[in-house]
Amino acid sequence: MNSRYIAWAIGLAALVALPFVYREPYHLHILVLILIWSFAYTAWSIMGRFGLVSLGHGGFMGVGAYVTALLWNHLGVSPWIGIPISMVAAGILALVVAYPCFRFRITGHYFVLVTLALSGIVLQVITATRDYTGGSLGYTPNRARSGSGLMALQFDDKITWYLIALGVWVLGLLIWRWVDRSMSRYAMEAISEDEDAAGAAGVNVTAEKLKITLISALMTALAGALYCQYQMFISPDTVSGIAVSLQMVFAVIVGGLYVSLGPTVGAIITILLAEVLRIGFGTKAVGWDNLVYGVLLVIFIIFLPKGILGSVLDRLKTQPKPSGTK
Amino acid sequence: MQAFLDIFDIYLLEAVVNGILLGGVLALLALGLNLIFGVIDVTWICYAELVMIGMYGMYYMVQVFGLPYWVAAPFAILLVAALGAALHYIVIAPLLTAPPINQLLATGGVLFILQSFATVAFGIDFRNLGIRLPVLAIGEMHFSYSRLLAFAAALVGMLAIYFFMKRTYTGTAIRAVAQDRQIMSLMGVDTKRIYLITSALGGALAGLAACLLVLQYDVHPFVGLSFGPITFLICVLGGLGNFVGGFIAAFVFAQIISLGGLFSDLEWGYVLAFAFFIVMMFIRPAGLFARRS
Repeated sequence: MNSRYIAWAIGLAALVALPFVYREPYHLHILVLILIWSFAYTAWSIMGRFGLVSLGHGGFMGVGAYVTALLWNHLGVSPWIGIPISMVAAGILALVVAYPCFRFRITGHYFVLVTLALSGIVLQVITATRDYTGGSLGYTPNRARSGSGLMALQFDDKITWYLIALGVWVLGLLIWRWVDRSMSRYAMEAISEDEDAAGAAGVNVTAEKLKITLISALMTALAGALYCQYQMFISPDTVSGIAVSLQMVFAVIVGGLYVSLGPTVGAIITILLAEVLRIGFGTKAVGWDNLVYGVLLVIFIIFLPKGILGSVLDRLKTQPKPSGTK
Repeated sequence: MQAFLDIFDIYLLEAVVNGILLGGVLALLALGLNLIFGVIDVTWICYAELVMIGMYGMYYMVQVFGLPYWVAAPFAILLVAALGAALHYIVIAPLLTAPPINQLLATGGVLFILQSFATVAFGIDFRNLGIRLPVLAIGEMHFSYSRLLAFAAALVGMLAIYFFMKRTYTGTAIRAVAQDRQIMSLMGVDTKRIYLITSALGGALAGLAACLLVLQYDVHPFVGLSFGPITFLICVLGGLGNFVGGFIAAFVFAQIISLGGLFSDLEWGYVLAFAFFIVMMFIRPAGLFARRS
């Protein structure tokens, strides 16, 4: 066990030291994107691993990004205050939709369809309020005056952003680990097996599910807000809607749903894939990355439902005793 | 003041009638999704994207190959029916024993595939058939013939499905499988064949909807997103697999969208429909006409 902590410490130290040694801006940019999206995917997997498959996370991400940017542009509220407000907004949205779902036992297909509609509706609202949000043309937070970058959470250099993204990513992993070690995990696993039995055994089914959903939604909104602050441009299609929700599901399933680093592996694979296609095909790549995503998603679900990292870890675990005790 | 009220009433009535006409097409979409869920126990998230492919099929046959609309329509329906059967055969059939969520996510992958396929193959331009049907004027109200036609055709399509299910051997077998899939395979019904036929039927309904929607709306790769979510809400509110519930819920939602659109943008109609849906979840959690198990 101890060697595990040491490995983590060395890995983390290497990641922190990386930008001071290696400063190629494009590669740092890709790393920041991978870290931010990894955090979002981790947020999704906190719910998804217990069978609570939500396609509404595109909605939470959109709320996080747009509320932060709108507060900054229209009211001059600093993102330091705006991000918590946007997280609260996404949390309230999650509770309003999730409470009736959980209270009245809307599970499985029904839950997926309701959350799917949620992300579709958030997209519609952003498009409909085009006078404020710029509609489908996208939205840019106002540039802060020079010198007040810290207050506006806008930084020009990639190293600062890399360190912020790294910190948030580690936070995501810590939350994942905390849930993994908590009583909630056992409660949620019992619920995903059989709700009635879990309820009879004294698990407060509605409260446990709401807790997990709330954590997941808050994290997703934070990821959306950070993405907005980093990219300085958001459009309804990149931070909200069904496509973003499915992208999260896809990355997590490819990486591995049941291991803590699975979403990160998924983010690395999907973002590198998109970048390689973009550079390889240039402007002709429009659509191709999603086409490859879609085909891979179907193939993975049919042949490798545990994901790449999950399957590799399983293989490693069984290898020391090849005689095959089950 | 009196004149203002008169105009208001006319517009209101027009919106109500347009809502009913919209409801026909939504009911058709909900029927296809319900049929597949009721029989195979799978939700096709990519259902609206099948409609989109059908709309492109109509566009190419009518605009590029110059076929008349009436000739192209059966081909489009056949095309989407074949697509539905292929979707079942390639994606769903290998996953029938997997957890239901996996089947649903796999169709999510198909949604990605179809959308990006359309983007790559057809480009992101908006296209339409270039057919402009005349507008019917009753008093001061105006209704487009394309909507009336869509409504009538949707009703005919639903009646055809109804009689197919009630009067033919295959239809009876489909209904029986929906009730109990284990027993029916013991009774000598080939469930694999029934699943395939049901998928083709669901695809055919999507194809019919495509022929009707392409008269009213431009087609582009993301057109499915504009009516997909609302179809899912209708199916959940009506109770998944419940045909009558889906039918009535479709008209309720169409009224909300149409009346909401009267007072503001169409998008707000959708938002209103979603708010209504959330409220209904509190009041009738298992759907409007739920038979709770």
